[in-house]
Amino acid sequence: MKYELVAGFETHIELATKTKIFCGCTTQFGGEPNSHCCPVCIGLPGTLPKLNRQAVRYAIMAGLATHGEIAEISKMDRKNYCYPDLSKAYQISQLYAPLSIGGYVELSNGRKIRLHHIHIEEDAGKLIHQHGDTYVDYNRGGVPLIEIVSEPDIRSIDEAREYVEKLQQVMRYIGISDCKMQEGSMRCDVNISVRPVGSETLGTRTEIKNMNSITNITKAMEYEFERQVDLIESGGKVIQETLRYDDATNTTSSMRSKEDAHDYRYFRDPDLVTINVTREEVEEIKAMLPELPADKCRRYIDELAIPEKDAQLLTKYRRISEYFDEACDGVKSPKTVSNFIIGQMFSRTETESDKEIFDVKVTPKQLNELVKLLDSGKIRNNLAKSTLEKMLDTGKGALEFISESDMGGLDENTMIELCRQAIESNPKAVEDYKGGKEKALKALLGNVMKNSRGKADATAAEAKLKELIG
Amino acid sequence: MGTIAKIHEMLTTKQCSCTELTKSYLDEIQKSNGELNAYVNVTEEEALKTAETVDKKIASGEEIGLLEGVPMTLKDNLSTKGIETTCCSKILTGYKPIYNATVWDILASQNAVMLGKTNMDEFAMGSSCETSYFGGAANPFNTNHVSGGSSGGVASAVGANIAAYGLGSDTGGSIRQPASFCGIVGLKPTYGSVSRYGLIAYASSLDQIGPITKTVEDASIVFDAISEYDEKDSTSKGCMGGKTFSKLDNDIKGMKIGIAREYLDGVRDDVKEAVLNAAEVYRSLGAEIVYFDLPALKFALPVYYIIACAEASSNLGRYDGIRYGYKTEHYNGTHDMICRTRSEGFGEEVKRRILLGTYVLSAGYYDAYYKKAQNLRGTIVKAFNDAFKHCDVILAPTVPMTAFEMGHAVSDPVETYLTDICTVPVNIAGLPGVSVPCGFNAKGMPIGMQLIGKSFGEAEILNAAYKYQQAAGENFKDTKWGVKL
Repeated sequence: MKYELVAGFETHIELATKTKIFCGCTTQFGGEPNSHCCPVCIGLPGTLPKLNRQAVRYAIMAGLATHGEIAEISKMDRKNYCYPDLSKAYQISQLYAPLSIGGYVELSNGRKIRLHHIHIEEDAGKLIHQHGDTYVDYNRGGVPLIEIVSEPDIRSIDEAREYVEKLQQVMRYIGISDCKMQEGSMRCDVNISVRPVGSETLGTRTEIKNMNSITNITKAMEYEFERQVDLIESGGKVIQETLRYDDATNTTSSMRSKEDAHDYRYFRDPDLVTINVTREEVEEIKAMLPELPADKCRRYIDELAIPEKDAQLLTKYRRISEYFDEACDGVKSPKTVSNFIIGQMFSRTETESDKEIFDVKVTPKQLNELVKLLDSGKIRNNLAKSTLEKMLDTGKGALEFISESDMGGLDENTMIELCRQAIESNPKAVEDYKGGKEKALKALLGNVMKNSRGKADATAAEAKLKELIG
Repeated sequence: MGTIAKIHEMLTTKQCSCTELTKSYLDEIQKSNGELNAYVNVTEEEALKTAETVDKKIASGEEIGLLEGVPMTLKDNLSTKGIETTCCSKILTGYKPIYNATVWDILASQNAVMLGKTNMDEFAMGSSCETSYFGGAANPFNTNHVSGGSSGGVASAVGANIAAYGLGSDTGGSIRQPASFCGIVGLKPTYGSVSRYGLIAYASSLDQIGPITKTVEDASIVFDAISEYDEKDSTSKGCMGGKTFSKLDNDIKGMKIGIAREYLDGVRDDVKEAVLNAAEVYRSLGAEIVYFDLPALKFALPVYYIIACAEASSNLGRYDGIRYGYKTEHYNGTHDMICRTRSEGFGEEVKRRILLGTYVLSAGYYDAYYKKAQNLRGTIVKAFNDAFKHCDVILAPTVPMTAFEMGHAVSDPVETYLTDICTVPVNIAGLPGVSVPCGFNAKGMPIGMQLIGKSFGEAEILNAAYKYQQAAGENFKDTKWGVKL
């Protein structure tokens, strides 16, 4: 029997606010243990939380960027559980009335992964095990998070990878998080089940907790898919449980079963008032959102005539797309700009993180000037390409490498003279052309171009050659 | 009587220095606290230091504020920087906060002289002060009787003149009930009018800080001082109804004073009689007495115990022995350490309420208990709103009885819960209520009446209370204890 994978994601994303969600402490990553703390975020008796409105705005941006409905009234709840990294023995979160409802993430195959909701909550501290003892560091405690909860709409590991990448891309675009999985500012729990292809009912799911890289997510899902299929094939049953993934052994192991599942005793946090979001505020935030990658990609294809594959490459990272947008200002052919970026600049920003930063020596304005020289016919493509390489090496502008005479173009007489010379010195090609070999003309044209150091107008030269040969 | 105005006058006219005054209070504490057990921590050094500051100010001819140099006390659940704050629980022994409660910030900035922290039921859970880890505080009228709870220590200290006034907290009657038992005045303000920041939470949606004083004027003065908006408390609104002192003596002719029949059900005869006599006093002052029904009151007690315990079970989860307070000595791993710390650190009543609260929030029971209680809370709020269409303030007993003997509450917790019947509705509805002495029973124990106001209607109930105090001053009786001024 063939089996299908069914998965849903719970994705935690740390918001890039300067201060924590309920106090004024910095959210900076790292720092001496317990140095980014105050009475509120270490939960001293008698302290009260005060909601950071910026966290709410960022969460609204996340909701809007994933097509969610922003709730006019949402509330904070307490999720009660006892663990040393949680200083109050409850996490302030949202269950009964989350901030953003519904929405979706669209994949390249056209499928929409529906979102159940997005809620805001606080992060917990961290336990540090050292020399046989356990220590607790509350620096991360109270850092604002959003949790994006998807429906079980994911059907393959490729879709899972793309879903996570898309979320990462969108959240970075709108600037609410750096989504660095290795630093924990983006973490995923995956709910996964299997079922025979064609079946409509959901199988029993397991949940793999806290994965911190896309590689681990895909590996863990591959392993868990196989494990569940093997189990069912051999007559066994999948047990609903929470798993942890061990990347050293590439296996999953049980953290707790359904029977041991926490009863979080959620209830409205009486210390915090209702969060009201007006329609005006939503509209204002919507207007401030940058163009989203999917919209941008569509626009590049439809309006700028960029091939789809190139449009995707240009929009994968916000900085590159912004670079492209700026370099395109007033140019005749955005495709030329795109070709320069993808063809010559990408080879200098090899890794994904290089592309993310996109720190190239040439400014968008400098690239724009180069393309405009090309547009105006003052220089030819070959010269532009080699000039760009020099610019990328040095950070200097195009005019540093292109002389007046390079841009002077070719006067009519010189051009005619060069054509004559080409015909005279290549009698064989002339014969071939006369004999009907269209290609032979290209050889003559190449000769003209070469001798003009790329300055000749190829179309005009070709016409002149035909005229002279008769 | 050692009222705030009297002390202020003595200081400004240099009848005594603040240091002399403070020392006399400290001496009296020394003499009587063994019997009263009102204080659990006397802060002599800090008190004398503040007194010295005030004396210097007076000596230099500077004007001093009304509360400046007045010796007072704080309930032991109000956070005081560097001063042990235990909620009278073993689990917080040794805990010294690193910040001040907002109310203490306000009063300390006015050079209030804090004599020490006063006794209370453990985590404010109790009606007799006897669940305190340090044992109960005695009633100044009869030390075989309880001072009431949970702010029993403050009431005992103020009643015994070993503090001019004090701040308590009221979750289900914890200011008004002990004030009533000790024959003094206790104001539970509207939810949100006084910042809760630094008040160690029992039940966050019900808790409110307020003054316990000898007279209505003093309650008004202290309330006016502490009712400030505080950005650190999201539920804080400040004194929306305006300051109260200037309105104390307003004419109450035509004021409609309502009596809900349900409030008189099951109330001891002597208490009922005293409250009805007070109604007659009001009639003689030109107020109109209107009777009405408030059937929703029957839900108040179960609603209170469900909501309060639910919130408490969550609020008290943080006491795990890891960061502060008591920690068990012998344990095997983190989980065992937390279990043992909590088993050893909490008293019986606190454990009972944590268990109850955990139960009503548990999966499968949430809807039947917590959610239902929240819905009924709405019903009670609405019932009060409707009642205030017919009257301006509501008159009721504070407690259905007078102070009982020590040991009684511990033997029957459910009967003790019933004594909260008249005080909890106000907390559920978030309204202000003030308890005022209105007589004595045959054994000479004080009886208190309660005036309940509209949301942020402190000025109105204090006005009514002040007028009563003027007309029936004989009910404000001093005790044999403490500093005589």
